[in-house]
Amino acid sequence: MSELLQFFVSGLTVGAVYALVALGFTLVYHASEVVNFAQGEFVMLGGMVTVFAYAAGVPLPLAALLAVLVAIVVGLLLYWLAIAPARGATAVSLIIITIGASILLRGAAQIVFDKQFHKLPAFSGDTPVDLFGAAIQPQSFWVLGGAALLVLLLYYVMERTLLGKAVMATAANRLAARLVGVNVATIMALAFGGSAAIGAVAGILITPITLTSYDVGTLLALKGFAAAMLGGMGSPLGAVVGGLLLGLLEAFGAGYISSTYKDAIAFIVILAVLFVAPQGLFGRRAVERV
Amino acid sequence: MLEVVDLHGGYGRIEVLKGINLKVSAGEVVALIGSNGAGKTTLLRALSGVQPISAGQMQFMGERIDRLPSHQRVARGMTQSPEGRQIFGPLSVDDNLRLGAYLRRDDGIEADRERIYAMFPVLKDKRHQPAGGLSGGQQQMLAIGRALMGKPKLLLLDEPSLGLSPILVDQILAAVTALRQAGITILLVEQNAAAALEIADRGYVIETGRIVHAGPASDLLSDPKVKSAYLGFD
Repeated sequence: MSELLQFFVSGLTVGAVYALVALGFTLVYHASEVVNFAQGEFVMLGGMVTVFAYAAGVPLPLAALLAVLVAIVVGLLLYWLAIAPARGATAVSLIIITIGASILLRGAAQIVFDKQFHKLPAFSGDTPVDLFGAAIQPQSFWVLGGAALLVLLLYYVMERTLLGKAVMATAANRLAARLVGVNVATIMALAFGGSAAIGAVAGILITPITLTSYDVGTLLALKGFAAAMLGGMGSPLGAVVGGLLLGLLEAFGAGYISSTYKDAIAFIVILAVLFVAPQGLFGRRAVERV
Repeated sequence: MLEVVDLHGGYGRIEVLKGINLKVSAGEVVALIGSNGAGKTTLLRALSGVQPISAGQMQFMGERIDRLPSHQRVARGMTQSPEGRQIFGPLSVDDNLRLGAYLRRDDGIEADRERIYAMFPVLKDKRHQPAGGLSGGQQQMLAIGRALMGKPKLLLLDEPSLGLSPILVDQILAAVTALRQAGITILLVEQNAAAALEIADRGYVIETGRIVHAGPASDLLSDPKVKSAYLGFD
């Protein structure tokens, strides 16, 4: 029982990070129909900038804030320099642009930072909390709490504010959004900046547990994308559920079957789900009348 | 109010608008009629700034607008109910109307929304439902309502009667007449030429990207060439 709980919490913790990456995918996809494969690099930037600023003597909260700001700037630059000029390009070209940006960012990080693994101290110590016999790292609560807070914040913005409605309107019908006066370019820039901030926070929260390095973004983007697909691309609820499920699958796969095959196990389940439900768990089929 | 001079534009290398000249004065209802592919929708989209133009000028309220992005044209008081309704399907009827007033910062938005509901009561019954589930006629009402929420000085209406039953066409055209009495200037694009000229002051006939006839609506209605080509009788 305590073993099960142990796997469950570590699965949720990793899953929360996948969920945040998947949310970043969803937000950008909503606003611009771009699948941004540089999403994982925002997570890397969050962790790496915090690590290096902290090592340079900046207090941890300030270092984290700095990292989020750097990620937002990089996200906006990505939009203005690479995505906006390619307006009207096909989805495939845009995806290739984001893959190129991801390789560029990884290369730059390798030069600006280094190729080592880095760790941050846990925010509230390393003494495990005993929960029904399972030893839980306090940092897990930070990850889960932080992720929950971000999800709620994003939900509030999307459902309750005019700006959020403008994002959804842009996703639903770009032409009509422009005709009612939505500045679609601003909406897209906001989506890139917002998804960069979400990714950076995820990177900061998880670094004390999983370590970070210049190239952690690749696998995270892949996992986050898989989570978004599992949940149904474009559905925020799906992104969260997909991310948590993926994390749990990995943790249980590693714990009960084999840690060597934990990625394979997770992806096999995702493949199986997508064979049965190609639109994902929460993917909506478009309801439109002509 | 609106003046278009020698407007050219199209899609890539295909020129759809080949030098359009057109004028709309304040308080008028002007009908733009023409067959499929003549360039009516392209012209309206160019006016709203969602379709690039290659040459020509547009003036709105005495100001050049051809280089303004679409949202600034909305802010200046020109809104459009586009062809094919183009409502925000997953969003509620309420939200669709609210987004019509996206750029407005005044306190009259709620009252204006109620006014739209008074005009189209069927929308009020469905105000919390996703707009994608409305019937074609209801979506058309919603598209017009959404354009009105922007408090336009000039309303561009693209094919408001397309695909609607005759009863609904009458209802929509009655709404247009009511708008005109409320002082809104309207540029109305229609394939249903007879109905459009019926409620318009003046009309333009567009053919393969050029204006070929222009004049008071009653003259166009009795013009033998217009009659045979667009009114379906001679």
